[in-house]
Amino acid sequence: MAAVNSVQPLAVQYRRQNRWRLVLLVLLVLALGMSLATDLATGSASYPLSEVLAGFADPASLDAGMRVILFDVRLPYALMALAVGGALGLGGAQLQTVLNNPLASPFTLGVAAAATLGASLTIVFEHHLPALPHNALVPAGAFLCALGVTGLILLLSRWHGGGSDTLVLFGIALLFALEALVWLLQFLADANALEQIVFWSMGNLGRATLTHVALVATVLAVCFVLAMRRAWALTLLRGGAAHAASLGIRVERLSWQVLVEVSLLTAVALAFVGTIGFVGLVGPHIARLLVGEQHRYFLPASVLCGALMLSLASIASKSIIPGLLIPIGIVTALVGVPVLITLILTRRSAS
Amino acid sequence: MSLQLSDVSVTRGKARIIDALSLPPLPPGSMTALIGPNGAGKSTLIHAIAGLLPASGELLLDGQPLPALPRDERCRRVGLLPQTLPQAAGLTVYELLLGGLRTLGIAHGEAETRIEDVLQRLRLTPLALRPLATLSGGQRQMIALAQLLARQPRLLLLDEPSSALDLHWQLAMVEAIRSEVQQRQSIALLALHDINLALRSCERVIVLANGRCAADGEPLTVLSPDLLAGVYGIRGQIEQCSLGRPVFVLDKLI
Repeated sequence: MAAVNSVQPLAVQYRRQNRWRLVLLVLLVLALGMSLATDLATGSASYPLSEVLAGFADPASLDAGMRVILFDVRLPYALMALAVGGALGLGGAQLQTVLNNPLASPFTLGVAAAATLGASLTIVFEHHLPALPHNALVPAGAFLCALGVTGLILLLSRWHGGGSDTLVLFGIALLFALEALVWLLQFLADANALEQIVFWSMGNLGRATLTHVALVATVLAVCFVLAMRRAWALTLLRGGAAHAASLGIRVERLSWQVLVEVSLLTAVALAFVGTIGFVGLVGPHIARLLVGEQHRYFLPASVLCGALMLSLASIASKSIIPGLLIPIGIVTALVGVPVLITLILTRRSAS
Repeated sequence: MSLQLSDVSVTRGKARIIDALSLPPLPPGSMTALIGPNGAGKSTLIHAIAGLLPASGELLLDGQPLPALPRDERCRRVGLLPQTLPQAAGLTVYELLLGGLRTLGIAHGEAETRIEDVLQRLRLTPLALRPLATLSGGQRQMIALAQLLARQPRLLLLDEPSSALDLHWQLAMVEAIRSEVQQRQSIALLALHDINLALRSCERVIVLANGRCAADGEPLTVLSPDLLAGVYGIRGQIEQCSLGRPVFVLDKLI
């Protein structure tokens, strides 16, 4: 607390800080574009980037085979990485703020485990279910189960009247029960179903169609707009719940809105791709390091970082073993764990 | 034109924390200390006046019943400095202050001017663009005070505003509140533990014990050895020091 030392009005410095953040957001968008193009160019048949870009400028110039591979095979896959990554990033960022916990992620509430259970149930009991195509049935099962379980957790902790700590505890407790149920199903399943369950729970973008992408992107867009409308309230929540409440923010209502929304967003995203860990946890941390915690910048940065992470993971999943597509959930976990540990270690040395 | 409380009760769960409390009006331009032992109900009363806890009875600010005001209007008129410090987050001081003012519906330009002004007044300008996480507890408490003053509320409620402050900043804090209260003719109510700080800064003291008003009035007359013995279970008294100021001297437990 030194003497007054104002070089220039604070507003000017603050705006300069914001301009720099805006520049970073633009750079993230550019990086995302590069990553998307590279993702499209990578695969069992790899194309030069320039050809891919030219193909997008003028699809008619491509030969039929390349057009099919680019637009029908790789484009849904690559776009799904962006949409799901963005959704997990946005969900994680908001949950970390309202639960006031840097280790919160969209999976904290048990959404992923519930989605896996739902998918497993539909895979095992597919013959007894209405004759929907497999491609629609499994996501529907995963989505409904994820939503039901998170709803249950939310209701339980609301009924109990506990705060966010109770919520996290319920989530963790339920996680074990859900995992046990999945194991039970795996134990009962025949070889074919077992393989499908295991494959589903590894997380895979390969099942995506453009319709799925549009669905996830629409939900993401709606949730993003809602999140940005509460950006200041969320920003103030970082100053502490008591402080935010003293400014007239209804902290509890805000938290519930966020929890319900993030559950929905995550359930939609995971229904189509399976369990993809760590993006929702690490994406927001990287965003925070880049642009700080003012949520008008932090939220978009989290979306972009999540999307970028998953897009890069998608490239890696095709390139690590040439000709083989490693499930992307494996890649994000393998890359995410060291990143997470590094973040925790730097956090400790900073404090 | 004052804050009037009559027959105010606040319950939390089944416990009645504030029990039919009535007080003579708190006039504009005044600073009142709210003292009392732990669990007396100081924080509860302050939160109830701020509208963060439901209360029964009559709470009037400038003749208007506070509970009837819309939430945002009540927040504009009644400013609370909570007991807990702003948490050590990655958020900068400027963002915290700006966010608070914007949330209360104050225009961007006006908010910028107020922040600049209040930080200068409290000599906190050098901290403006630093993340809260890099500040000490005392600095964060001063930032919370800056937020409160920037809001320019009619009624300032401060819950243990000096708990993290060293001697220099304790005095800076009470003097900043004093000048704000005199300049804008606002009303300040401070929950305090430090009787010397209350003597030094407030012209009136309300002693709360078990949710009721044990004494109310000018500090030198109210804080008698008998009252302190009854309320706190201590022996102590107020004496004139060599500087001519009244000081409270704590003798021993009873």
